[in-house]
Order: sequence, then C-alpha cells, then structure tokens
Amino acid sequence: MRHSGFSTLLYKEVLRFWKVASQTVAAPVLTALLYLLIFSHVLEGHVKVHGVAYTAFLIPGLVMMSVLQNAFANSSSSLIQSKVTGNIVFVLLPPISYLEFFLAYVLASVVRGVVVGTGVLLATFWFAPLTFAEPWWILVFALMGGAILGSLGVIAGIWADKFDQLAAFQNFLIMPLTFLSGVFYSINSLPPFWQQVSHWNPVFYMIDGFRHGFFGVSDASPWLSLAVVGACLALLTVFTLNLLKRGYKLRA
Amino acid sequence: MSAAIRIQQVSKRFGSTQALDRVDLEVQQGEFFGLLGPNGAGKTTLISALAGLVRADSGSLTVMGHDVQGDYRAARRHLGVVPQELVFDPFFTVRESLKIQSGYFGISDNDSWIDEILENLGLASKANANMRMLSGGMKRRVLVAQALVHRPPVIVLDEPTAGVDVELRQTLWAFIRRLNEAGHTIVLTTHYLEEAENLCTRIAMLKAGRVVALDTTANLLRRFSVHALRLRTGGALPAELARDGAESGGWWSFPFDGFDQVETLLARIRAAGCRIDDLEIGKPDLEEVFVRVMQGPPQGQAN
Ligand SMILES: Nc1ncnc2c1ncn2[C@@H]1O[C@H](COP(=O)(O)OP(=O)(O)OP(=O)(O)O)[C@@H](O)[C@H]1O
Ligand SMILES: [Mg+2]
Repeated sequence: MRHSGFSTLLYKEVLRFWKVASQTVAAPVLTALLYLLIFSHVLEGHVKVHGVAYTAFLIPGLVMMSVLQNAFANSSSSLIQSKVTGNIVFVLLPPISYLEFFLAYVLASVVRGVVVGTGVLLATFWFAPLTFAEPWWILVFALMGGAILGSLGVIAGIWADKFDQLAAFQNFLIMPLTFLSGVFYSINSLPPFWQQVSHWNPVFYMIDGFRHGFFGVSDASPWLSLAVVGACLALLTVFTLNLLKRGYKLRA
Repeated sequence: MSAAIRIQQVSKRFGSTQALDRVDLEVQQGEFFGLLGPNGAGKTTLISALAGLVRADSGSLTVMGHDVQGDYRAARRHLGVVPQELVFDPFFTVRESLKIQSGYFGISDNDSWIDEILENLGLASKANANMRMLSGGMKRRVLVAQALVHRPPVIVLDEPTAGVDVELRQTLWAFIRRLNEAGHTIVLTTHYLEEAENLCTRIAMLKAGRVVALDTTANLLRRFSVHALRLRTGGALPAELARDGAESGGWWSFPFDGFDQVETLLARIRAAGCRIDDLEIGKPDLEEVFVRVMQGPPQGQAN
C-alpha cells in the first residue's frame, strides 16, 4: 500500500523531539515556571493589568512565549542538525514534494509548541485564578503563532550553515521579538514611543490575541490581531514555500 | 523498453569548477555499470544530479524514462542511492531508520522485506541497536539497506566499500549481484579498480567532468591493456631486445598478444645469454587501463 511520505516525515519529526522530551518539553516548562515564580513574586500586588491580577495576566503570556519559542526551536534545530550531519539526504531522496516537506516540519513544530504550552499551563494555572473567557481565540492564536514560528524555524534552519548562525538568528530576532511583545507587561503601561514600536511587532498580536481568549479583554481587538497574525502566516508561508521550491541551500 | 538511466548533455558548474561538462551516458536495464574517475572527477555530482540533490545547469536526466525534475516522484521511486558520505540519524535504531525510510516512499507494510535486507547484509543482530552504537562498517551497511527499502529497480552505490572490511565487501557484493541477477540495474563508483573489473560489465571513466572512456569492461581491457611477460635478468639486455620492452624498477616488461609469442621471447633471451632471475605473466588489468585513459588527452565520447 502506498501513501504519501508526508505522514511519515511528520511522525518522524514528532518522534525526534519526543525521544528527548526531557530537553525539548520538560526543560522549557521548567524555565517558564521559574519566570513565573520570580516575576510574580516581585510584581504581584504591585501591578494589575486590565483589572487582572499580575500572576494571572502573566501565565498566558508565558504559555504563548513557550509555544512560540519551542515551535521555532523544533524545525530550526531539526533542519540544522540534519544538514550538518548530512542525514538530510534521507528526506531529500524520497518522492516528497516541497509542500509536504514544509507542512511536515511546520506541523511538527506546532505539535511541539502546543505540547510545551500545555505543559506550562498545567504547571502554572494553579498559581492564580485563570479564566477561559473565549477559548477559541486561545486555540486559534496558539496554532497560528506556532505555525509562524515553525515556518521561521524552517527558514532559519535552511539558511544557517552552522549552529552559531542559527544561534544568531535566535538571539537577535526571535528572542527580542518574543520578549518585547507584552509577555511580562501590558504595552499600555509603556511610554507612547515604545507602545508605537510594539504595535509593529507581530508577536505582540499573537500574545495579545492569545491572552484575550483567557480574559476577554486585551490591548488590541482580537480581530485586528487575527488579521495581523493571519497576514504574517500567509506571507511567511509563501516565502518559505518559494525557498523550498527553488531548493535554496538544500538542492544545490 | 526505456533505458534505466539516460543522461544527456548534462553540465554543472560550482563557482569556477566545471564539475560536469556535457556528460552523455546511457545505462540499460539490468546492467552492472561502473562509474570510475579520480577524486573530484564529478562522479558524486553526477549521481546527485540523478537523485535530485543537485540541479544540473543544463541537459536532462531520466530514471526508467522518468525525468528527474519534471517527473521527480516517479524518478525517485525507481532510484535507490547509497550516498558516499557515511550519514545516519542518531535518534533512531536500525529498524526504525528503515521503517521511516520506507514510509518516506509511501510504503508502510514493509517488515518482511526489511528483515530480508537485514539478513542479507548481516545486520539482523543489530536491528534494535541505536545508530550511534554501530561501528563505521555497520553504519555503511545500514546506508545500503536504506537505499533498498523501496525495492528500486535502479540502484546507485557511491563508493559503498570505502573503509569497509573484507567480509562486508564479500557479503555486500554477493547481495548486490543477486539483486542484479533478479533484474535490478546497478551503478557503482569505486576506487578499487579490481572490484569494478570483477563486477561491472560496462564502465564509464570520468575526468574533470567529462566522459573520457565508455565501453564494455572486456573492450577497455583489450584496448588499453595487454598481457605482458615481466622478468628480471642478471646482466643487461642487448639493445635489440630492450627495444621491444620497457624497464621499471629492475623489471622488464614485454607486451604480447598471444601466448605463443612467450616462447619466442624466452628463446631470444636465452640466445642473448641472459640469465632469468624472476619471471611472471602480467594480465591486462583495469588499473593499467585507468592510468592510460587518465594520462591520455581527453578524447571525448569513446564509442
Ligand atoms: N557543493 C559543491 N560546491 C562546490 N563545489 C563542489 C560541490 N560539490 C562538488 N564540488 C566540486 O565539483 C567537483 C566534482 O566533485 P565530485 O564530488 O562530484 O567528485 P567525485 O568524482 O565524486 O570525487 P571523489 O572520488 O573524491 O568522491 C570537485 O572539484 C568538487 O570540489
Ligand atoms: Mg564522490
């Protein structure tokens, strides 16, 4: 019986991180938990956002940040490892189309992001009263955000020739974008200039929309966030597919 | 019946290196074909172009009649490639690697064939070992196994015996020969010319991206190599004899076509009063062919 190579590639990509779950799932959950303990200890009682206690406000931000960072980490590290060790040929020799290739890597990233995000939520939700006001937004933004960062991970993994180039991509683009996006604060508490800057950061909309699902209130309208995030996803998808179609750095 | 492999006017340039220069090559179904050439000749590049790992700048390549670009799915399904580099995925066991590779080709119920491959390559006892734990030669076997999971009619092996012990070489060639007898087309690159001479019925030689010789192994041997009487003598040979031979490292070599000439030669040497200290008969071998072809000026497509 013949099926498409896509399902196997997706399965293999999920298995790859699941086999080392202590590094790929448990470690990021622990990191998020530490952030929560430290920030909530320092700021709880001092800050209230949208009428929500600070710790409750912080939890969805940490969850979404974990989703995004781990989605990026999954596709990018898998690809760079395969390229550096050379075993990428196992995926390039079979009859797998560039579209299947893209979908498998991005979906596996989303799976990793959602698994870690769920882990963070389970580890943190009992620190503060959390509501699920409009749960559909939670799901929509988690999936789309994961796909966007998974896609960025594909780009970075293909572009980078060495691990330090990937680290640069991560440290100078992904980290600033996720940290300066309102994970730890509401951007309404920022000076006007930085508020303006934040509105140009697509990750802000992912986190804001995601948080809206919990509290039913947010800095921006969830529909605006959906539009921005959707546009980003569409753009990145087209860009990444084009890279893959041309065989950029994969098929010389 | 379409050719197993058809390569037409394929060129590929990497920066200032012309890795392939208008290569024409056709391998028929069922052949055991050798692709030879010195380091950097373009063998791996040609195989990569066939496998879609490298895109040719110009020309066309087909596998069993399927264009490797336009009809890549069919082309890749018909092709199994053993890469030159010893690569593996450290996350998986041998069996997992083979099952996953099958899945990439859309095959899910492949266990009996996987068992057969493992058995034939002497890997059965390592089936559940992690790839990281295997020795280099064992990893090489898995690489061969991975190329065969989808039962490709055309199998290309890029230096499969580099760094491999005698036992595996023999097992490997016995298995590949059986596959060839069962109808699979085999293309092989190797720097062990004896191996190529014994296995391949037809050979192409590549030099700086160009095909400089292409013929049956028998014809190549006949054209470029000869039988020779090789001997060491006490005392110098008279000029009249030395003219017919060549000396190197104290050994004289006299080429001949038929064995009856050996008698005449020996008689002449005796008549000249030379004592023979050591004597052997050199057979034509591919190494000599190879050296001659590589030294000679590029002669384009031989036919
Ligand atoms: N990706 C690449 N980028 C730049 N140059 C390359 C690339 N791949 C191959 N080359 C060059 O193309 C030429 C042919 O290389 P190729 O690997 O095909 O040789 P080969 O015949 O397989 O040699 P060997 O016997 O050493 O394996 C060499 O000069 C090599 O340096
Ligand atoms: Mg090579």
